[in-house]
Amino acid sequence: MHPWAWWCWAIGIGIAVSGTTNPLLLALIATAMVVVVMLRRSEAPWARSVRAYLILALFVIGMRLFFRILLGGSTGETVLFTLPQIPLPEWAAGITLGGPVTAEAITGTLYEAFRLAVMLLCVGAANALANPRQALRSVPAALYEASVAVVIALSVAPQLIESIARVRRARRLRGDSTATLRALGTIAMPVLADAIDRSLALAAGMEARGFGRTRGLPTAGTLPVMLISSAAATLGVFLLLGSPFWQTGAWLLVLGMIGGGLGLRAAGARLRVTTYRPLPWRFTETLIAASGVLAAVLVLGVGWLDPDTMSPALVVLLDPLALSPSTDPLQWPTLTLPMLLVVALVLAPLPLTRPRRAATVESTRNDTRVRLLRAQAEPEPTWR
Amino acid sequence: MAVISFDRVGVTYADAERPTLDDISFELPEGDLCLVIGATGTGKSTLLGAINGLVPHFTGGTLTGRVLVDGRDTAQNRPRDLADVVGYVGQDPLRGFVTDTVEDEIAYGMEQLGIAPTAMRKRVEETLDLMGIADLRRRPLTELSGGQQQRVAIAAVLAAQPRILVLDEPTSALDPTAAQDVLAAIGTLVHDVGLTVVLAEHRLERVMQAADSVLWLRGDGSALHGPPGAVLAQSTITPPLAALAREVGWAEVPLSVRLARRRAQAQGLRPAAVSPATVPTEPVALSARGVEVRYGDLVAVNGVDLELAEGTVTSLLGRNGAGKSSLLWALQGALSCSGAIEVRGQDPRRLGAAEARRLVTLVPQTAVDLLYLPSVGAECAQADAESDAEPGTAAALLAELGVDLPPERDPRDLSEGQRLALVLAIQLAARPPVLLLDEPTRGLDYRAKAELRRIVTDLAARGEAVLISTHDVEFAAATSTRTVLMADGEVIADGTTTEVLTSSPAYAPQMAKVFAPVEVLTPDDVARGLS
Repeated sequence: MHPWAWWCWAIGIGIAVSGTTNPLLLALIATAMVVVVMLRRSEAPWARSVRAYLILALFVIGMRLFFRILLGGSTGETVLFTLPQIPLPEWAAGITLGGPVTAEAITGTLYEAFRLAVMLLCVGAANALANPRQALRSVPAALYEASVAVVIALSVAPQLIESIARVRRARRLRGDSTATLRALGTIAMPVLADAIDRSLALAAGMEARGFGRTRGLPTAGTLPVMLISSAAATLGVFLLLGSPFWQTGAWLLVLGMIGGGLGLRAAGARLRVTTYRPLPWRFTETLIAASGVLAAVLVLGVGWLDPDTMSPALVVLLDPLALSPSTDPLQWPTLTLPMLLVVALVLAPLPLTRPRRAATVESTRNDTRVRLLRAQAEPEPTWR
Repeated sequence: MAVISFDRVGVTYADAERPTLDDISFELPEGDLCLVIGATGTGKSTLLGAINGLVPHFTGGTLTGRVLVDGRDTAQNRPRDLADVVGYVGQDPLRGFVTDTVEDEIAYGMEQLGIAPTAMRKRVEETLDLMGIADLRRRPLTELSGGQQQRVAIAAVLAAQPRILVLDEPTSALDPTAAQDVLAAIGTLVHDVGLTVVLAEHRLERVMQAADSVLWLRGDGSALHGPPGAVLAQSTITPPLAALAREVGWAEVPLSVRLARRRAQAQGLRPAAVSPATVPTEPVALSARGVEVRYGDLVAVNGVDLELAEGTVTSLLGRNGAGKSSLLWALQGALSCSGAIEVRGQDPRRLGAAEARRLVTLVPQTAVDLLYLPSVGAECAQADAESDAEPGTAAALLAELGVDLPPERDPRDLSEGQRLALVLAIQLAARPPVLLLDEPTRGLDYRAKAELRRIVTDLAARGEAVLISTHDVEFAAATSTRTVLMADGEVIADGTTTEVLTSSPAYAPQMAKVFAPVEVLTPDDVARGLS
């Protein structure tokens, strides 16, 4: 599966999530997201990242709730409990510590926090499902050098860790087992020298194998086109989100994106590097990406509708207000038909893709692991 | 038609006193295997780099004269422009890898050349088969063994279908079997594919029989290019067969064991066997029982019993990954292991690092990891402090080892041999009764190896128990009296060096093969046996 298809799907759902605070819908989306990740992720290390994102999401909810309660200033009538109010000096006017805590305020905060948490989860899902290396390999040609730098950094980091472990172990042979800051310095010196040697060897290897050979001169005019397009796109986003001129904003954004695309294309044309086994973009990829986009369109579209100008039957069917249920007065959130559609779109990749085969790792009995000399029971020194 | 031609080529690096290469002219015809030999620091790597333009485009320095590669002048063509003609594999293949899996690495060069994806796919498959690494295709590069990495590195440059292959010490870090694999692969390329190969190597034993010509860098910048037998007879680089030719007065060096054997038989040479040496077993300096090292579920050392007697030199042979390094680290006490280890009634594992090195000292594979100070003098002073020794102990040891190093030299500028001597002096400053050496001959030329042999023999004469893990059979044969063979974490043979080495087909030194069934190990043995 193409990594950008996963990203498109996840970002689309993220945008859809940004358009609602309905906790029932959010909970359904989050569950569906986790189900897709669990059933479709690979065995690779990055596939385990979704757990970290879940923890981060819970942390976000906890923090928002904590500050809501601590900072007080709740509106609403249903007082759950009252914290002792701490008087603050004159200059901190407008901020209160403690005071009554209402159910309305708590619910409102929870809804907001839940939305943010599910958006984080979307990013986590994309991370777990898309292979980052493949994603880097299929960046536009104009960004080739940048992606090479990232790929090299990814390969060099483990080597650096190995180098540190080796030098630290060697230091013990000289009878120096202390873990002082000075010792850290003495380790840094050979490790850095080693890193520089490695970089030079790598650069020589890349040069000898033709890196940078298929470059032409950049096409004239690419730079102004890129600058103007990105400025237009930025202004467009600003107008779209933060001002009543959203129509102008949308036009600017579209124009900026088209201009940027053309600029990237022109800049990439000078590079004639080919890609080994390029990932094909098939119909399935389009469907998965489309399901994300559709989810976003659906939620934002329904949210944009004005219930006052609609026929009562449509209002009952679509019910735009259900996307952001009122918290003051408190109201039980409801599910509507479009919301179920959104959840179905989140689950769309399940029938479209097959589960990945478990990667079989052959046994590697060779000198590499021995060279690392990773002792099992050796205590880690603590730096003081 | 010469595919490589050097016309009065000289290379001088910035702030060097004299040129590294001076007025070198030679031509290599298509399909030849040329072996570049010379002591450390004579400019072997510089010469190889000059072939694909890394010298001077990448390394700096001044190039005089003209290097033509497939009709292209390297002065006008950068290395990247020559990538479709010259495939270059550096000394440590792992460091030159750009991607992280075998398949991607092989494709990388072709991607840079802009070869169409369909053609690329086909060539990757062909190259995988040609080098016999198709089963490794999806493996991460860092998980491969040394021999596999070397073959992947060669495959990676071959995929771009160059006409010339340049290899800098492709077998120096490999065990005999892995080295044989790599050399066999290179042989296929020369004989079947018709590639021109230029190869620099320190250990000539196995390579020289495949060479069509030898280029000897004398060390003063000049070079001698000619047929292998004749050049080797003149050069100061003496692999065992060259030493044998010198001992018995052959004008031309036989390039293979087979040739030497035939010539010896024709002349009726039959040296007397070396008198079976008895290895002393008492007094015991180090005793280990049931040593076991595990990495997760991998058992690297599986219940090894070993006793080292004072004043003996023992070599430890075995494949890469047989558990040699792990055993050495475990014996030093730096690696947690089960079993009993005793030196002078104490267990090095129970002591702190500073006390442990007074019992057993280890010089690791990458000896340079031990050095971190800016000068030789500072390193020696630090060693004295670490060992609670009299100031000047390490410096005196360095002098005793017969290596004269000015105290203000930067350890990083030393040659491999000098650096090893410095690390030895630092480690011996604690006066330990047991010395462990892990792969000390890596990157050493024949002269440096002879020097190391002398140092080790001297140390043993002073009562030190020395254990050397090595892939270099010839060095083991010349240096040690006892040999321990390891495989799969276990000791599979333990006896006098003569006994163990002559009975093993993979580990027999060349002299043993030439004069089998007479048990001789080194050219010195032969000389003694003939007189």
